[in-house]
Amino acid sequence: MKLSREIIATEDKRKLQDISGEEVLSCYQCGKCSAGCAMTSAMDLLPHQVIRLLQLGQVEDALRSQTIWVCASCLACSTRCPRGMSLPNVMESLRSTFLRPGDRCLNPADIPYELLEILPEQALVAAFRKYT
Amino acid sequence: MKIGVFVCHCGLNIGGVVDIPGVMEEISRHDNPGFVTDYRYMCSDPGQMRIKDAIRDMSLDSVVVAACSPAMHETTFRRTVEAAGLNPFRCEIANIREQCSWPHRDEPEKATEKALEIIRASVEKVRKNQALSPLSVPVTGEALVIGAGIAGMQAALDIADAGCEVTLVERLPYIGGHMAQLSETFPTLDCSQCILTPKSSEVGSHPKIDLFTNSEIHAVSGYVGNFDVTIRRKATYVNWDVCNGCGLCMEKCPQKIESGFELGLATTKAISIAFPQAVPNRPVINPEACRHFTQGKCGVCEKVCPVGAINFEQEDTFIDRKVGAVVVATGYDLHPKTEVGEYGYGVFSDVIDGLEFERLNSASGPTQGEIRRPSDGKTPKEVVFIQCVGSRDQENGYPYCSKICCMYTAKHARLYKHKVPDGQPYVFYMDIRAGGKGYEEFVQRATEEEGVLYLRGRVSRVFEEDGKITVFGVDTLSNKKVEIRADMVVLATAIVPSRGQTELCRLLKISTDEWGFLSEAHPKLRPVESLTRGIYIAGCAQAPKDIPDSVTQAGSAAAKVLALFSSDTLSHSPEIAVVDEELCTGCGLCVEACAYDARTLDIRRRLAVVNEVLCEGCGACQVACPSGATCQRNMELSQVMSMIDAVI
Amino acid sequence: MVYSYFPGCTLRAKAKGFDSSALASCKVLGVYLEELEEWQCCGATFPLQIDNSFPLVSPARTLAAAKKAGRKLTTLCSACYNVLKRTNHVLREDLDKRNKVCTFIEEDYFGDLEILHLLEILRDEIGFASLAEKIVKPFSGFPVAAYYGCLLLRPPEEVGFDDPEAPRILEDLLFALGCSPVDHPYKTECCGSYVVLQPGEPTASPSRLIVESAKSRGARAIVTSCPLCQFNLDYVQSGDVERGENAVPVVYFTQLLAMALGFGEEVLQFDGHLVPPGPVFRSAGVGGCEGAT
Repeated sequence: MKLSREIIATEDKRKLQDISGEEVLSCYQCGKCSAGCAMTSAMDLLPHQVIRLLQLGQVEDALRSQTIWVCASCLACSTRCPRGMSLPNVMESLRSTFLRPGDRCLNPADIPYELLEILPEQALVAAFRKYT
Repeated sequence: MKIGVFVCHCGLNIGGVVDIPGVMEEISRHDNPGFVTDYRYMCSDPGQMRIKDAIRDMSLDSVVVAACSPAMHETTFRRTVEAAGLNPFRCEIANIREQCSWPHRDEPEKATEKALEIIRASVEKVRKNQALSPLSVPVTGEALVIGAGIAGMQAALDIADAGCEVTLVERLPYIGGHMAQLSETFPTLDCSQCILTPKSSEVGSHPKIDLFTNSEIHAVSGYVGNFDVTIRRKATYVNWDVCNGCGLCMEKCPQKIESGFELGLATTKAISIAFPQAVPNRPVINPEACRHFTQGKCGVCEKVCPVGAINFEQEDTFIDRKVGAVVVATGYDLHPKTEVGEYGYGVFSDVIDGLEFERLNSASGPTQGEIRRPSDGKTPKEVVFIQCVGSRDQENGYPYCSKICCMYTAKHARLYKHKVPDGQPYVFYMDIRAGGKGYEEFVQRATEEEGVLYLRGRVSRVFEEDGKITVFGVDTLSNKKVEIRADMVVLATAIVPSRGQTELCRLLKISTDEWGFLSEAHPKLRPVESLTRGIYIAGCAQAPKDIPDSVTQAGSAAAKVLALFSSDTLSHSPEIAVVDEELCTGCGLCVEACAYDARTLDIRRRLAVVNEVLCEGCGACQVACPSGATCQRNMELSQVMSMIDAVI
Repeated sequence: MVYSYFPGCTLRAKAKGFDSSALASCKVLGVYLEELEEWQCCGATFPLQIDNSFPLVSPARTLAAAKKAGRKLTTLCSACYNVLKRTNHVLREDLDKRNKVCTFIEEDYFGDLEILHLLEILRDEIGFASLAEKIVKPFSGFPVAAYYGCLLLRPPEEVGFDDPEAPRILEDLLFALGCSPVDHPYKTECCGSYVVLQPGEPTASPSRLIVESAKSRGARAIVTSCPLCQFNLDYVQSGDVERGENAVPVVYFTQLLAMALGFGEEVLQFDGHLVPPGPVFRSAGVGGCEGAT
């Protein structure tokens, strides 16, 4: 990994901060978020690693991570974060960066019919909010 | 009048922001001083020499030093001008660092303008300064030390060994504080009792130390050199002068209670001595548990006492003392684990805190030093130590580092390993802070030679499952989530000021930081003085610190006390309030305005009076006085008006 | 006692039993839930992007309408409660956002509506003790595990009516109904929520852990207040049911309440549940679910 002033402070990073309202530099990498995350088994990066990448300006790497789509916004991490940072906001800002240009990653046609039959409406509304 | 203006660059602190040549030129041109010069470090010897030379060569009448805060160097420069033959109160400090160049670093032009105004105002002030002489105050050469943990004991011994009388007051029935509860101490692993007991008995028998245990400070008044203190000695219901410490009462007492000294890990009796080596070795009845008090019957102790020492009628007594100085060494408490939700609010009995582990490990503790977990007495084979519980946690605890936890956790893990060689200790840490002589080596031995597994990360949750304590943690070095099914968990909970410290500070009129730790007069240069003269601080009451640091600070506080006692009198600033008796109407507004109890009303003469020693010259009374009768010496109304004129 | 009532989408579709059991039980307890004349979907998730106020519009409309109705607002679904409560908080505390949203919806609303979850009404306005007196078919010690999930508890400073690390309101209710509350460590852990629809590889659901933890401590049913939690905990066990393995039904707290008050299947509406609750309760002979499937 190469580092320089330009790499550490990119425009993308500033945008993420505008969307999330969070300063990633406030994180001191204690990992309490990862320690208590219910979804880590499906994550390629632990939540604190995503934050670390952003601290280093590696926005692309963070955007490529499965983790941002696996986060269920349960707020267990932010409730316990000693630095008062809302990781779910940061995850949302990453998802938004991907989705806002018009991309989507959930196609209604791909949802199996059997699942549609039994899914609560709440799940569909929430998933479309998060994945499209 | 010839006034010398001396502008200090303070390296780049001032010189890097304020245009000093420009300021000097302006002052010379418009303010009619006698002399203007500058220097890189005015407080240095050559800098002071410049001032002295100028006073002599230019026959200056007054001096303005434009430099840092008067809290830093007013005394320095006043001594300088005095050495050159000027009255020291003809020297004024214009603070162009803390109030100018530091806060306005980003706006050098405006800072220069402000510096000019500050200096101008000072020049106008000093023009009308009177030559004053310091007041003289007698000093009582006896000290009060509050708190008899290791810091308080050390301060008391150092003062007493120098020949001064010390009154040592301890809230608990015994001395030694938390150190008495510790098993071994880092980094040498010497037994806490072994190094503490000789000191405790020395304190107990020192001819110059008057020890009051089971006692609290009830009232404080007075001022440096002359404090009046009332000590409340709480009833013990045992006449200690008669008691010989035989212990029969404790043996026969039918009422068991949780032992506070053992942190609830063992029981004791309603009449008890906290631990066998306690000084003084005398029992106390806990009236909240004693059946005589709670049920109105019993009295077994009274019956069995061979010397008739039990006295249920005993009451609190109040003792007055006059002292010249006070050392506050009230120590610490641990942030209660009952407030840490994610680690179970203290409901799981096998989740304990660091002090509880000390007791489990202590040869005189509830398990005779064998590591057994509280729930079932089994030897724990997997023990998780969690650091930074409440520390470095601005959201759910305290933002500060508790400083000693890294070391005592390493010690705990090693001691555990010594006693349970086939057991596995895990330590969750964020950073290992082992800055101290032999400390880093101590931690290295834990990891390298003793098999303590350090995991870099915080623990998110701890819960009980099937007789084990499940720990959800993370190792941020391997980036793996960690789950350990432990037999016991030890929390390194944050150090907080001891219970009641806030109330004591109110009595002493000394300030604390936002977390309740005592504020020092200057964080670097006056670390053992409070902002109130004559009151000194030592140990964890000021901030978390280990035994060597506490002892060092206690010795330093004692040295300050002895320096104060080295003379029978001490001087007090004459820059204080005075009352023009012609103008005073005796309205009493100044009495209400005074924060130092320095103003009283002479009812008979209908006049407000100033206690010159208590007055700190803050000026609140001058502002409050409606008739203009009160003013501060060398800050008279005409001076203030001239200063304002100079600025606008 | 009359409250404005916001049912939310799911309670009028897949979670009908949650709605009907609540309405029926409340009537018996002297609480009248008056449905808002106008309401729209809350959006199911509270927006976490601070630069986008648009997702606040829909819940803000509901709140403004409720304010006009003049009563305290109650809701049952944890998600609706979370979104409405947090939106209310933003509209109260963030002047800029309030102006933006209120201008858009052409309403003057200041975030000053009181929003209560039905559990709060049961605890604070009725009281669990007086509720217990009205029970006609007590559960006689039937072991039930409470499952809170996230939305009722977090963020604690905005939604919390209970301790986020050690909540007890559901246990207290269970106790009042005559159940034996089964404590279990996963009761505040996330069930996986909408990640069930995550694109790509299906994610192993944490719901399995939650269910197993409750089961291993002896729970014979799990109670929740969130339709998505209910679904996730139910769905993860659907294979167990097919294989005839031991599965624990996941029910809404109002369904237990209605059972204890003597209501039958027409009110409980267990038909949509993947783990059928009827047989479990029936075989235990508790809660008066004689007619339940």
